[in-house]
Amino acid sequence: MDFLSGLFAFLYQTGDAFAFLVLSACGLAVIFGMMGVINLAHGEFILCGAYVSTTAAHLGLPLPFSILLGGLVAGLVGMLLERVVIRRLYARPLDTIVVTWGISMIATQGTLILLGPSMQSTGTPFGSFMVGGYGYSIYRLVLMAAAVATLALLWVIFTRTRFGVLARATIQVPHIAEALGVDTSLIYMLTFGLGAALAGLAGGLYAPTMTLVPTMGATFVIEAFVTVVVGGADIFLGTAPAAAILAVVKAGLTSWQGQLAGQIGLLVAVVLVIRVLPRGLTGFILRERA
Amino acid sequence: MDKHAASALAALGTLFALSTATLAEDKTPIKIGVLEDQSGDFALATIGKVHGIQLATKEINAKGGIDGRPIKLVIYDTQSDNRRYQEFMRRVLQRDKVDVVFAGFSSASREAYRPIVDQFKGLAFYNNQYEGGVCDANMIVTGAVPEQQFSTLLPYMMKKFGKKVYTIAADYNFGQISAEWVRDIVKENGGQMVGEEFIPLGVSQFSQTIQNIQKAKPDFVVTLLVGTAQSSYYEQALSANLKLPMASSVNVGQGYEHKRFKAPSLANMYVTTNWIEEVDNPKSKDLVKRWHAMFPDEPYINQEAENSYDAVYLYKEMVERAGSTNHDAIRKVIAKGDVCLDAPEGKVCIDPKSQHMSHTIYLAKVNEDHSISFPKIWQDVKPYWLGQVGCDLTKSNPEAQYTPSQNPKKDGK
Repeated sequence: MDFLSGLFAFLYQTGDAFAFLVLSACGLAVIFGMMGVINLAHGEFILCGAYVSTTAAHLGLPLPFSILLGGLVAGLVGMLLERVVIRRLYARPLDTIVVTWGISMIATQGTLILLGPSMQSTGTPFGSFMVGGYGYSIYRLVLMAAAVATLALLWVIFTRTRFGVLARATIQVPHIAEALGVDTSLIYMLTFGLGAALAGLAGGLYAPTMTLVPTMGATFVIEAFVTVVVGGADIFLGTAPAAAILAVVKAGLTSWQGQLAGQIGLLVAVVLVIRVLPRGLTGFILRERA
Repeated sequence: MDKHAASALAALGTLFALSTATLAEDKTPIKIGVLEDQSGDFALATIGKVHGIQLATKEINAKGGIDGRPIKLVIYDTQSDNRRYQEFMRRVLQRDKVDVVFAGFSSASREAYRPIVDQFKGLAFYNNQYEGGVCDANMIVTGAVPEQQFSTLLPYMMKKFGKKVYTIAADYNFGQISAEWVRDIVKENGGQMVGEEFIPLGVSQFSQTIQNIQKAKPDFVVTLLVGTAQSSYYEQALSANLKLPMASSVNVGQGYEHKRFKAPSLANMYVTTNWIEEVDNPKSKDLVKRWHAMFPDEPYINQEAENSYDAVYLYKEMVERAGSTNHDAIRKVIAKGDVCLDAPEGKVCIDPKSQHMSHTIYLAKVNEDHSISFPKIWQDVKPYWLGQVGCDLTKSNPEAQYTPSQNPKKDGK
C-alpha cells in the first residue's frame, strides 16, 4: 500500500508537471516551433485567456464555457496582431523578437493601468481526494486530461482536416502552396490565431488555480520555451515527448530536493539537449526514422 | 576670463547662495526621491507606498511644508528590477540632487542600491518590513524586522498549534535570512523544524511542494512567499486539502492575499504586521478615509503604505529639529533617541543605535470568510537585535548587513 501510494504520488506529480508543460507550450509550439516566429508575447496571450475566462466566470458563465471563451478571445487577438504587425516581419525573425517583446510589455503595463494590479480569482473547483494519507486536487486531474485532449485535438486538426494539410504545406513550401491556389496569407493568420488560442486556453485552464496579476504570463514563458526548444519543430514528435521527459525530470528533482532543483534540472536538460540534439527531439526522431 | 577668475567667481557665488540661505527664510523645495516598483512582479504591494508618500506630502504642503519649505517629489518607477534601482539611485542622487530618497521593496533591490547611497553619502529611507540586520548610518528603516515579527508570532503559534514547523520561503536574501530567524526561534522555544523549502521567485506551481509538506506532517507552516507568482500557493494548497495553520511576516500585510483569493484559501493564516487597513482605531479609520478621498481606487492599504506615509512625517520632524536637511545634523537629532511620531498604528520611535523603528505589532488572523481579527496586540516592540549584536550607529558606521549567524558578537569582535 505504501508503495502504491508512493507510485500514485509520483505519477500524479509527473502528470501535473506534464500538463503544465504541454498546456504552456502548445501555443508556442505552433507559433514558434511550426511558424518560426519567436513570440515573446506568448505569456500575454495566456494572460488574455486567464483574464477573459475569469471575468466571464464572475459574470456567471459556467467555467468550461468561460475557459473556451478565454481561448477564443486570445485567438481573435492573435489573428488581429498577425494581420496588423506580425505578417510584415516573417522574413525578419530577429525583428519579431523586439516587436513581440514590445507587445508583451505594452500588454502587461496596459493591463496594470486599466485593470489594476490584480483580479480576484474564482477559486479552484471540485475539491480534493485522498490517497495514502496525501490530499490531491481533483481539478489538477482535469488539467491533465485537458493536456491530453489538447494534444489529441491538435493531432486531428493537423493530420485529418483540410486546414491542417494546407497549414503544413504553406509553412513548409509557401510558394508552391500559393501556386496551387492556397490563400497563404489567410492560412498564416489562422495558424497564428490557433497558437494564440491555445495559449489563451492554457490561461483559462490555469486561472482558477493561480494569482491573477498582469505579470502572470511570465510564469509560463520559461517552461514553454524550454519545452519547445527541447521538442523541436513538431508538436507530436517534439513537444509532447519533450514535455513527458521534462515532467519526469522536474517532478523527480522537485520531490527529491525542492523547487530550486526542479528549475535547475529543466534548464540543464535544455543545455544538454541543445548540445547533443540541435534540432530537438523532432530532429532526433525523424533521423531515426529515415 | 581665465580659469582662476572663474573659480573665484564660482566660490563667491556659492558664498552668496549660502549667505542668502541663512539670512532670508529658505523657500526652495525639499526634494524627496521616490524609487518604488510601480510595474512588474512587486507592483501590487508597492503602488500603495507611492500613494502614501503622495498623501503625506499633500497634507504637509497644505500646512506650509517642512520648516516653511514645500516638498517636491521626484518619482521613478523601478519596475521590480534591481538594475533600475541602481540606475535611478544614481540619477536621483547625482542629477536630481534630492535631499533624501525613499526606496525599495525587495531586500535584493535594497542591497543593490545601498552601496550607491553609501558611495554618494546619501540618505535613504527603507519603508519596508524585511529580514533585519542593516547597520548603516545612511539608511533609516521604518519597516518591521524579525525580532518584532517572529519573536512575537512564533511562540504564539507554537503554543497554540504545536512545535513542529515547516518553512517555505522565497529563495533570495529575504527568505533565506528570515528562515534562519525562524529556525533559531523555533529551536529556542523547544520546537522542531520538520522541513524547509526555498522557492525561486516567479515560481507559480506548488503541487510537489504541497505534497512534501503533507509528508512532513508539521503543526503549522511558515509561509514567507514573495511576489505575485508565489501567492498561487494558497489556492493550490487549499485545493489539495492542505488545511494547516499558516504563519507569516509578509503575507496579508503586504500582498493582501485575503482580498485577492476566494475564501477560505487563506483561512487560519496568522500574520504579525505593524499595520493594515483593518486596524480598528480612530487614527487608522481617519487615515483610510483621507486615503480613499485622494485615491478612490486603492484596492488595499498595506503596512508598507503606512510605513511610507509615516516616513514622510518622520523626515519632517527630523529636518525641523535639525534645522536643515544636512545628514550629519539629522543624525545628531536621531542620536538623541526621541524622534517619535503618533502614527496610525500607535506611537513609533527611531532607535538611535540601529536607525530602525519601534512598532505596535498586530497579530492579524484571517478568518474562514477572509475577514480579519486581531487576537493579540503587542505595544511598543523595539528593534533591539542590532543593538544587542553590537551595531551602534552613533559611534561607528560599518555599512553592513548582519544576520543571526554573521554579526560582530558572533565573530567575537
